[in-house]
Order: sequence, then C-alpha cells, then structure tokens
Amino acid sequence: MDIVVMARALFGASLGFHIIYATIGVGVPVMIIIAEVLYWIKKDSDYALMARRWTKGFAIVLAVSIASGTIVGVLISLLFPSFMEIVGQVIALPFQMEIFAFLIEAVFMSIYLYAADRLSPSLRLVSIISVAIGATASAVLITDVHAWMNTPAGFRITPSGDVTDINPWAAFFNPSFGVTAIHVTLSAYMTVSFIIASIAALRLMKSKITQAERNYHKKALTIALYFGAITSLATAVNGHETAQMLHEYNPRKLAAAEGLFETTRYAPLSIGGYTSLEDQRVKYAVEIPYALSFLAGDRFDTEVKGLNEYPEELWPPLYVHVLFNIMVGIGSLLIVVAFLALFWKHILKREFPGWMLALLVTSGPLAMIAIETGWCFSCIGRQPWTITDVLRTENAATQSPSVGILFVLFLSLYIILLFVTGFVLKNYFKRNPVSKDLSADTLG
Amino acid sequence: MEASTLAVTILWSLLFVYAMLGSLDFGAGFWGMIYGKNDHTSASQIANRFLSPTWEVTNVFFVILVVSVVTFFPFATTMLGSLLLLPIGLGLILLAIRTTFMVFEHHAKRFRELLRMTSGITGLIIPALLVSILPITLGGFIEFEDGLPRLYYRELLVHPTLYMHIAFGLSTELFISAVFLMDYAKEAEDHSAYHTFRKHAIWLGPVSIAIAVLTIGTFPAEATWIVDNIQRNWFWFGLSLFFFLIGYGFLFLKRSDGERGMARLAVLAIVLQYGIAIYAYGSAHLPYLVYPHLKIEDGFTDPGMFYQMLVVYGIGFGILIPAFILFWRLFLKDRRYLKQE
Repeated sequence: MDIVVMARALFGASLGFHIIYATIGVGVPVMIIIAEVLYWIKKDSDYALMARRWTKGFAIVLAVSIASGTIVGVLISLLFPSFMEIVGQVIALPFQMEIFAFLIEAVFMSIYLYAADRLSPSLRLVSIISVAIGATASAVLITDVHAWMNTPAGFRITPSGDVTDINPWAAFFNPSFGVTAIHVTLSAYMTVSFIIASIAALRLMKSKITQAERNYHKKALTIALYFGAITSLATAVNGHETAQMLHEYNPRKLAAAEGLFETTRYAPLSIGGYTSLEDQRVKYAVEIPYALSFLAGDRFDTEVKGLNEYPEELWPPLYVHVLFNIMVGIGSLLIVVAFLALFWKHILKREFPGWMLALLVTSGPLAMIAIETGWCFSCIGRQPWTITDVLRTENAATQSPSVGILFVLFLSLYIILLFVTGFVLKNYFKRNPVSKDLSADTLG
Repeated sequence: MEASTLAVTILWSLLFVYAMLGSLDFGAGFWGMIYGKNDHTSASQIANRFLSPTWEVTNVFFVILVVSVVTFFPFATTMLGSLLLLPIGLGLILLAIRTTFMVFEHHAKRFRELLRMTSGITGLIIPALLVSILPITLGGFIEFEDGLPRLYYRELLVHPTLYMHIAFGLSTELFISAVFLMDYAKEAEDHSAYHTFRKHAIWLGPVSIAIAVLTIGTFPAEATWIVDNIQRNWFWFGLSLFFFLIGYGFLFLKRSDGERGMARLAVLAIVLQYGIAIYAYGSAHLPYLVYPHLKIEDGFTDPGMFYQMLVVYGIGFGILIPAFILFWRLFLKDRRYLKQE
C-alpha cells in the first residue's frame, strides 16, 4: 500500500484508540468531583464510595490514556513531519501549554490516588479539581490545534512555500477554536455520564442484589442522568453553532456533511441515506424542507454552498455524510433517553421498567460510537487537506518505508490493550464488588 | 546569547531532567524485577513504592522533551522524523506496554510476576533504544538519497560505538537509580534495601565512568569534530569527574550512627556530575543537531514564536512548582508513605 495511506491508517488507528481513553479521562474526574461534593453536602457515605470506585476505574483507564497520548503526540511528529514544520512555527503554543496541563493532571492524579488518605478533605477536593482542570485543559488545547487545521489562521504562505507574517495568538484563537473546544469538552462529559448510566443500569437489571446495592446504583444512575441530560442538550446547542461556523468558514465540509451538490437557498436537511455521486443528491434520506438553510444561517432563505462550487479533487469523501448522521443521530437519541428517564423518575415517580434499563445500558457504548464517528467526520471531512487549503495530506506525510511494519505492530498493541484493559477492569471490580465495599463501610 | 543557542540549552536541560528521572524510573523497574522474589531484602518494595506515583510525571517529561524538539526546531522534524521513525516507534510500543502493565500490576495480582518482568526488561530496552539516537547524530550513519535522509541500519548495527553507547546508557541508568534508591531506602529507614542499593552503587560507579571514557574511543571516524570539541571542553569534563569522586566518596563516609554512606550528599554530587557532563557534551555537540546535515540555526523556529513559548514555559513551571513541592512532601518525604507495609 501507498506510504501516505499507511501513515494515515497508523495515525488514525492511534487516534481512534486514544480517543476512547482520553474521553473517559476527561469526563470521569468531573463525575468524581460531583460525587465528592454530594458527599460533602449530604454526608452520605455512598457518594464517598462512588468517588473511590470511580477513581480506581479512572486510574486503570488513565494509564492507557497516558500511554496512548504519548504515542499520538510523538507519532504525529514522526508521521507528518512537513505538517509539524508549520505547526512548530505557527501553532506551537497550545502544544506546549497542553504539556503543562497534562503535567498538572499527572501530578495531582498521583496525589489523589496514592495519598488520598493522608490529605485533608479540602486538599483532596483541590487535588481532584486540579485533575479535572488539567484533563479538560489538555483536551481543549489539543482541540485547538485540530481546530486550527480546519480553519487555519495567524500566518501566510509565500509562493515558495515559506511561512511568514506569523501571529501565534491569531493562530491560537482561530475561528473554530471556541465552538470546537466546547463541543469536544461537552461531548466527553456527556459520554462519560452515559457510560456510568450504562454500568449502573446493568447492575440494576440483575435480580440478585441487596437493597443497599440497589440504592447505591440508583444514586449513581441519578447523577449520570442529570449530568447526561444537561451535557447532551448543551452539546446539541453547541452542535448548531458548529454548523454555523462551518457555514461561514468551511462551507465545503458542511456541503459534504449534508450531501449538498448545488448551491441552494431554502436548502433542505437530509437525514439518513447515502450521498450518490451519479444522482448528485442524498438517496433514501428523509428531507426536512428549509431546515439546512435555517441551521446554517438562522433564516430559511440562507444560501448554502454546494460541492459543485469546488473542483471535485478537493471534495472530501462523500461517505462523511453517513459519519455525520451517526454522530447527530446518536446525540439526539441520547437527549431523548436522558429526559425520558428523568421524566419517568420524577414526574411519574415510578421504577424504571426493564426495557428502559436496557435502553440505558446501550447509551454508553452509543455515546462512544458518536464520539468516534464525530472525530472521523471532522478529520476525513477535511481531506484532501491536513491544513485546510494550505497543506495537502500527501505532502504532509512521511516517506519512510518503515510505516508498514509499525502499523502492524501498533495495531496489535491496541487490540491487546483493549482486551487487557477490559479484563483488568472486569477482574478488579469482580474481586471488589460494591457489596463488599458497602459492608466494609458499615463495619468501620 | 542567540535565541537558537538558548533554545538548544533549554533542550539539553530538559534532556538532563529526563535522563535523571528516566534513569530512576527505568532503573527502579529493573531493580524491582531483580529483587522481586528475594525475601532477604525489601529492595523490590522500595523500588516499586518509588515507581507507583512517579512514572506519570516522568512520562510527561518525555513528552515535553519531544514537543520541545519539534516546536523549537520544526525544520529538524523532517529529517529526525524519517530517521527515527522505527527506533522511536518501537520505543513507544514498549513504553506503552510498560506503563500500562505497571498500573495493571496493582489491579491483577495473579499476573504480578509477569508484569514485573515486563517492567524490568523494558526498563533496559527502552533506555537502550533512546540512547542509540546519540551515535546517529555524530555522523557517518546517514546519507541523502533522492533528497531524503536514510539511516544505514547495517553500518550502525555493526559499529562498536552503538554498543558502547548502550552500555554507557545502561550503566549510568543503574548507577543513578542505585544511588537514589539507596537514599530513598534510608529515608524509609529500610536497612536491608539500603545496603543492597549501596552495594550496587559501589561497583556501578567506577564501571559507568570507565565505560563513558571508553565510549568516546569508539566514536565513528566521521566524529573527530566532536572529539576535538570534547578535548577543548576538558575543564568541564574534569569538573564532572571531580563531582563523581566526591559523590563516590560519600558512599564510604561514616555517619554519626556508625553506618557507612551519606546518601543524600552522594545523590546531590552525582546529579551535579551528570548535569555538568550533559552541558559539556551539549556544548561540544554545537553547532550541529545532526552532523553534518543539520545545524541548530537551520532547524530553528521563528524567534517571535520562540519567545512566546518561553513565556508559556515560565508560567507553566511557575504554576507547577507548588504542585511539585506537595508531590515531594507526600511521596519522597512523608514517613507514612515511605514506611507503609
């Protein structure tokens, strides 16, 4: 296979693997803070136990996240050297800041993990808040580089290919930074909420659990549902802003996402289906009249640019429409699930029926799929560019023939680590079930 | 000082910090493996107790080092990236296995032996891979073909300097970690571990110095430029040796309680020894990043960008200092942590 394709496959696989762990690593500290604060307010030891157990799971996930984050950080320089040449001159600041955010997270995580029993309650809270700040800041800063790749700013390229007129802060605050960073952060929080909801729902579906365990899992589920409802709704609102940002700064990507070929006013929104090149439209889709124009510009007569405005060689692959739909579809579904569950609980004041628990069990994995397809959409939707309209991917990638062997090795590593993490998590929580921790708490 | 010289000085400083932290980290993994099954000494527990909270921080310094190379010297990435893809890629895989398995060790008791072996063996292979980057930069192993740099693996793999560099890296790693863990064991008042690590420090010290000197003798023929520079820097290398002798001497001095070895002072002197040696070597390496293809000013970023990055470094480390102090107190000073069962 072509070296460029191999390099992309290797980096894509690494990123796809890292995103799973990184997303969990960004969200869980926030959930731990919520549990710690609830413990502080309600003095209910279940919340302290929750914080402790989530921390254990977090420590296992974080190890892989740090390892894969290191891999991604180093591989990007090795695989896309020409890209990093421009990055180093223009958008180095968020990269550097990210390390410090990462360092804050690592230092306080060790403190929270290995010294929790020697810290005063307030210092313990400061530690976990620092972990959360470090984790979220890391995500925001790395997303900044990604946003800059989509909407580059803060430099000019001379005809001979040199970078001039460098303004590091203009690059830092590039047009899509704000919306994209918020999108990544909120969707990570949301995903972790639903993962926790999944686990709690799975436990509640078991028939043989004690009342104390049931209460514990219900509390966890309630936290997850509230946080999930808020963050999923906020993600959707922000998603709308993202669409408007695309409309303004990256209309080609929006056109590909929506499978729109001709520039149109009163453009309809196509949901589902696939983009057909021959027919120049999305086939088998549900069309909502005017909706795309309204989403893009808040007015039904907004003119939305179509793919035919651009030479075909600059189009992203047309299947990004499907990726985009999976992301939006799951996101919307999860808003419904969270609010329905809260409605059931607070308005109907009834126990969750089995089908609702089953639905909740699927919510975590679904959210993770949405995260993966979202990242794939954003990166593939930028093709053929690595830096939009500046650097093509084929010119950014390495020429080194060793990529092939490394691809095989790294892929094996990721598969092994996925299994081993699953095994270790399962094994650990099997040996230390909630029932054991609960009885230990009542004893002393 | 020129901006590019300042940048390369910062780079060597970060390399120094990572060399120290990495030696402790990888060395502790190795000692943890060696003494894992030995009931006569608690050297393994001491090593692992140090390793648990610190590996994440050490790992971050590795990332800082890489990101600094790329952001300070972006024009070097094309060359370094294609040359180092394979060795660094392999190192990353091992590092990932090592870090994850080390954490899993706490959570999967059944596989403790296997996991400890992994941490010990990777604790030797990863530093060996990292240190093999040094001879590549000396000259003689890289040629340009069709405008692309190529590393001659065969020439490198049969050249004695590669193996001397690796021997140098490993003996240094084990020496530094033995001296440090000796101090750590003393802080924990663990006598058996203390004596174990002191014993190793005593033989590793002279060995590491001898290998360092011999390594220079094996430099490839193209590297006369750096040998000349090293000879010109004789004063600093001599000073480094002087601190080694002082530090080594502290291993034998009697304390007021009658035991031999002033661990803390030995650690300080040996850190100074390596600090001076690394800066002396770094200045001998000027003006090249990779001889003869890449000089530092050719790789250097936009100076305006560089000064912005310096501000970020200043603020970043400023924020982190209180965190590091807290970290030090909790894991390197607090008896409740050091002496736990």
